[in-house]
Amino acid sequence: MIFFIMQQTMFFFIPLLIVALGGMFSERSGIVNIALEGIMVMGAFTSILFISTFQHMMPGQTTLLLGLLIAMATGVFVACFHAYACINLNANQTISGIAINIFAPAFAIYTARIVGQTQQVFFAPQMFLISSVPILGEIPIIGPSFFQGAYITTYIGIGVLVVSWFVLYKTRFGLRLRSCGEHPQAADSVGINVYRIRWAAVLISGALAGMGGLVLIVPTSIAFNATVSGYGFLAIAVLIFGQWKPLRIILAAFFFGLMQAITASHTVIGFLRDIAIPAHFYHMTPYIATLVLLAFTSKRSAAPRALGQPYEKGLR
Amino acid sequence: MNTFKAGFSDFLASGAAVLAGLFVGLIVLFFTNASQAIPAFLTILTSGFSSLRNFGDVLYFATPIIMTGLSVGFAYKTGLFNIGATGQFTFGAFAAIYVGVEFQFLPPAIRIITALVAAMLCGALWAAIPGLLKAYRNVHEVISCIMSNYIGMFLVNWLILNTIFDPFRAQTAVVPASSNMPRWGMNYIFTDGIIASSVNSGIIVALAAAVIIHIVLNKTKFGFELKAAGFNKDAAKYAGIAQNRNIVLSMMISGALAGLGGALLYLSGAGISMNVANVLAAEGFTGISVAFLALGSPIGIIFTGMLIAYLHLGGFTMQLFGFVPEIIEIVISVIIYFSAFSLLMKIYLTRLAKKRAKEKEEVV
Repeated sequence: MIFFIMQQTMFFFIPLLIVALGGMFSERSGIVNIALEGIMVMGAFTSILFISTFQHMMPGQTTLLLGLLIAMATGVFVACFHAYACINLNANQTISGIAINIFAPAFAIYTARIVGQTQQVFFAPQMFLISSVPILGEIPIIGPSFFQGAYITTYIGIGVLVVSWFVLYKTRFGLRLRSCGEHPQAADSVGINVYRIRWAAVLISGALAGMGGLVLIVPTSIAFNATVSGYGFLAIAVLIFGQWKPLRIILAAFFFGLMQAITASHTVIGFLRDIAIPAHFYHMTPYIATLVLLAFTSKRSAAPRALGQPYEKGLR
Repeated sequence: MNTFKAGFSDFLASGAAVLAGLFVGLIVLFFTNASQAIPAFLTILTSGFSSLRNFGDVLYFATPIIMTGLSVGFAYKTGLFNIGATGQFTFGAFAAIYVGVEFQFLPPAIRIITALVAAMLCGALWAAIPGLLKAYRNVHEVISCIMSNYIGMFLVNWLILNTIFDPFRAQTAVVPASSNMPRWGMNYIFTDGIIASSVNSGIIVALAAAVIIHIVLNKTKFGFELKAAGFNKDAAKYAGIAQNRNIVLSMMISGALAGLGGALLYLSGAGISMNVANVLAAEGFTGISVAFLALGSPIGIIFTGMLIAYLHLGGFTMQLFGFVPEIIEIVISVIIYFSAFSLLMKIYLTRLAKKRAKEKEEVV
């Protein structure tokens, strides 16, 4: 039972983690990215369209990996619009993001209906399921929790986490990126190209959000219906809840993932079924818990100082 | 004179965004089916004015989104981003339907007013949560609003199932005709001779709300204090403005407007009911578009609300030519994307105007 919940948790935890890390790159460089939801939709849409077309011609894992690349490329493409508006044109970052969030599902429905007559794009996710990872799946406790009934996307998500942490804190690029989010004028004064760093950050966030869209859809459904059910917004919540720091984002994403898993499977958990609380209250729990936790932890917010402010060269 | 000029350049900037959006829409139409693109595009442009009934429908569609637009716009003017309008809207809608269905012991006029007041109260109370969290616990309103949207959606679904649920239609119970907003003869004006539009006195309420919010924001000390706190909270605090109280009040007023929007939609007498589905109400998000397109100006919101409604009606009619109505959403998203640059366009226009004025001076 515990193993089942752990598997379920991973399905929600990993996409939230990936997308929240994507948001982290953008926001640590000073650009608000409320477009994560829309970018997830676009990434999931193009890649699932690809998967549903080609999955019977290629081995499962190859298709999925190619799908991930396509999702990332799509995310980068969509993020270009956000980056150009926010960085080069000093546009209102929230409005630009909202535009993308409106555009994405409309585009997905429109294209799906042109291509296949219906709004939904069906695919066969069972091809991608790894029933048990060789050797690792045999380990007691850890094996059934993490290495059985899993998707390759789970391990990619962990990889993204490690790389993100490393890039942000252990590379020159990461240091420059953080400085652009705290004090872009100071960064500029020591020769950092704020525009270029912010572009890179927004594009990374697009790639990760696009990938997150596919990673969310593959284990949890059999068709893509032009929505990621608000997970992009949840990822923003995870990001803020995680105080814009990768290690805290893990905890926040795991908490949300666990809550979603309990919600999704409370009818099969013995003692929860016996209490017979209406399902609606399980659905509310993660959101209420977030509010309560935020109420106690937000007094000192660690938001990047220049978040949301357009950078103008020459402005003091 | 200056405010007029500023208003005019705002209008030009928004107008340019609208043209850009329509242009992209035209391209998409051509890309889909070139032979039908022109008639479909003309339908989008004209269907809202093609009959009095259609124009009435534009007003009918505009009513709730003007209200949610005012909600977002008011909060925006006071420095808050109320992304929670959808939850407040849903709560208002539930309260209004509940009063409309269950309070039949009240005479109709009093019942309707009670329903509207209940909707505003519920919207205000739901918005008070992010307001209080922002003011006293420093929780960013965007995240608490996102959370409260989902909590509100599940809570209202549960409330509906346990109170005013009609199991045969799997929706909320039918609101009796006497609980609906009066038509005030509009069904005789806005008709194509056979079918009357669903427009009702709700649009008058929405217009009045816009004017009241305009006056409160621009002509009263209270509005000035709210705006000052949004513009520069440290300066406002230094000037002795009770900032925390103002944040909560701003959110509550904003929530009341969204809640009223919910009431006006579901008491419209158009025969629509609330579904019990895990979907956030779209009106709240459309309100964000409406508000930002008008740069938060209450009077501007009347026009942008009608514009979005007009486009939606056009998209609906356009289906006759075999096009997917989502094309309109694409058009709207492009309009909003370009309106994000409106600041840039405004600066450009102002520079142009200054240059012209200078040239004139030189000639003189």
